[in-house]
Amino acid sequence: MSADVQLENVSVRFGDFTAVRDASLTIEGGEFFSFLGPSGCGKTTLLRTISGFQEPSEGRVLIGGRDMAGIEANRRPTALIFQNLALFPLMSVWENIAFALEVRGESKQQRLKRADELLELVALPGQGNKKVDELSGGQKQRVAVARALCAEPEVLLLDEPLSALDLKLRQHMRTELRAIQQRAGITFIYITHDQGEALTMSDRVAVMRQGMIDQVSDSTTVYDHPETAFVASFVGGNNAFSGRLTATNGTEATIDTPDGTFSARTSGHSALAVGDQSIVFVRPESVFFTQASEQGNLVDVTLVSQEFEGHFWHLVLETSGGRAVRMSVMNDGAPARFLPGEKLTIGFSAANAIVLPKGELAAE
Amino acid sequence: MISWLKQFSSRNGVGLSVYLLGTVTLWILVMIILPQLLMLDFSFRHNWHHMDPAKMGGPEDVYTLVNYHFLLYGSPNNPDPFNVVDVTVFFRTIIAAVFVTIFDLAICYPIAYYLAQVAKGARTRFMVLALIVPFWVNEILRAFAFRILFGEEGTLNAILLALGILNEPIDFIREDVALYAGLGYAYILLMIFPLYNAIESLDKNQIEAARDLGSSWLRIHRRVVIPFAKPGITSGCTMVFMLTAGALALPQIIGGPSSLWFTQIIYQWFNTGSNWPRGSAYAIVLLVVCIAFVFLVMRIFKVRIGEIGR
Repeated sequence: MSADVQLENVSVRFGDFTAVRDASLTIEGGEFFSFLGPSGCGKTTLLRTISGFQEPSEGRVLIGGRDMAGIEANRRPTALIFQNLALFPLMSVWENIAFALEVRGESKQQRLKRADELLELVALPGQGNKKVDELSGGQKQRVAVARALCAEPEVLLLDEPLSALDLKLRQHMRTELRAIQQRAGITFIYITHDQGEALTMSDRVAVMRQGMIDQVSDSTTVYDHPETAFVASFVGGNNAFSGRLTATNGTEATIDTPDGTFSARTSGHSALAVGDQSIVFVRPESVFFTQASEQGNLVDVTLVSQEFEGHFWHLVLETSGGRAVRMSVMNDGAPARFLPGEKLTIGFSAANAIVLPKGELAAE
Repeated sequence: MISWLKQFSSRNGVGLSVYLLGTVTLWILVMIILPQLLMLDFSFRHNWHHMDPAKMGGPEDVYTLVNYHFLLYGSPNNPDPFNVVDVTVFFRTIIAAVFVTIFDLAICYPIAYYLAQVAKGARTRFMVLALIVPFWVNEILRAFAFRILFGEEGTLNAILLALGILNEPIDFIREDVALYAGLGYAYILLMIFPLYNAIESLDKNQIEAARDLGSSWLRIHRRVVIPFAKPGITSGCTMVFMLTAGALALPQIIGGPSSLWFTQIIYQWFNTGSNWPRGSAYAIVLLVVCIAFVFLVMRIFKVRIGEIGR
């Protein structure tokens, strides 16, 4: 069974500090939903509010349409997977997994049987009698998932559970988690500061900034159609050119910046008028080399450094105004073509650039 | 051994190494092992006060079990099958010490849990201070204060009478209430701090995880907190039990007139009885039985000796 989760104007305050500010959204039943944001953006607080460890200062949390006010964590249809997993070190693997059944007073036979089924589900068959300390990081991860699933939650909450794993394992566990979610058919709410995790696994992503939800969209929309300057700069690499909007026809606008005059598409979500302070965002992979004689968005730059990362060359360029511009060039097997200090002209198409109102940018 | 010494001195420097090895060796040999060996030696000897000084060290000055025999069977003209007074006092002391230990554990566990997992910052510091400061008052003063508190005309009786809960005063001292309260209070810090240390190192997420999986608070304590705190519980209980069984001043001052603590009998043999060998034998029996008892309980609760130090 899966349940939807509704947040209605949820705010959480600790003294003078507001951790979550007026959050409202609906997470559909059976959805893989992620909250993405830098550390300190309030995403963990929001998760704890859903799980019942934190009461909202204002607003309501509804799970399956039921108001959760006054319902403690042990009575909610949610299960939380902690960042450090919080497995019980003095219990064996199967005791850990079947803890929720022990709480309900099920017989040892029942518990062993269910633990075995869940170990099967998370691809750890026959490991029930091991001690928690005997497992590897990835195995502990799966035990934590199994332990949470054993409680038969309608909503599974995950607090950055992959952050302690190494890169390869993390990528593997992404696929695994997604598969488990589809098999279990329940709502997953995932918290992460890692955009790669959020974008690959989720049906939808909510990007958070300083306790506020900036944007809720599916992965491609968050990446291709950011609605705020923060989302544009936080999700994926982006080059930002600040300037003043000089003309707009509703779908495309012209912006005067110290590095040149650029045209870019406008976002449907933010109405910009002539004269507004705004920022043009261009992804490093949308930048290409061109000639000063060409038409369109052109910038004269100097090559500062280049980094080889297998499938891409990452170049750092500098405009005549001293602004750093990042550019990614697909590795076509040719040796590095340029030398630091070389003068180049780069360009980008208006369709691959987006103009957004001036706002807070993510920290580099 | 030589290479270990070399390594030790290269790691700590020659000066510090000599100091550490010297003091620790001195401490263990002179302060711990030697005196106890002397006591053990005493306990197997005849009382020198009954021996002609000329014969001391002579062929009649031999090892004997007479002192241990006396603890079990009393004097040769004792009509009972065993030494009723001493043996009874011995077991009563052990049982009372167990009772005081359990009582302390019951009182201290919630306080230690609160300090370690619930209270924050300034409140923790204030509570710890409030626990420690009363122990600046010395033991004798505290004991006599308890006499005043628990006496037949003491504060507690006065309050209970004034509130109409009692019609006539209870002699808390005769009933040993004062003694148990005093002993329970005397070693409370030795229970709280090991518990606090153990519980404090428990990851809060484990408690929340258990809660999240539907557990009641009772089960969280039974399945998560107490198993984790077991080494702390063991070291707290061991210390309180040993010190209670070996307490002397409190039983002397606030013990009821009819109830003797085993240490008081030992004290009498050493002091008024002028019989050091017998006093030593009694003290050795108390020590050995207490240690054996602690190991037995640890075995029952499956705690290894190495865990206590954690």
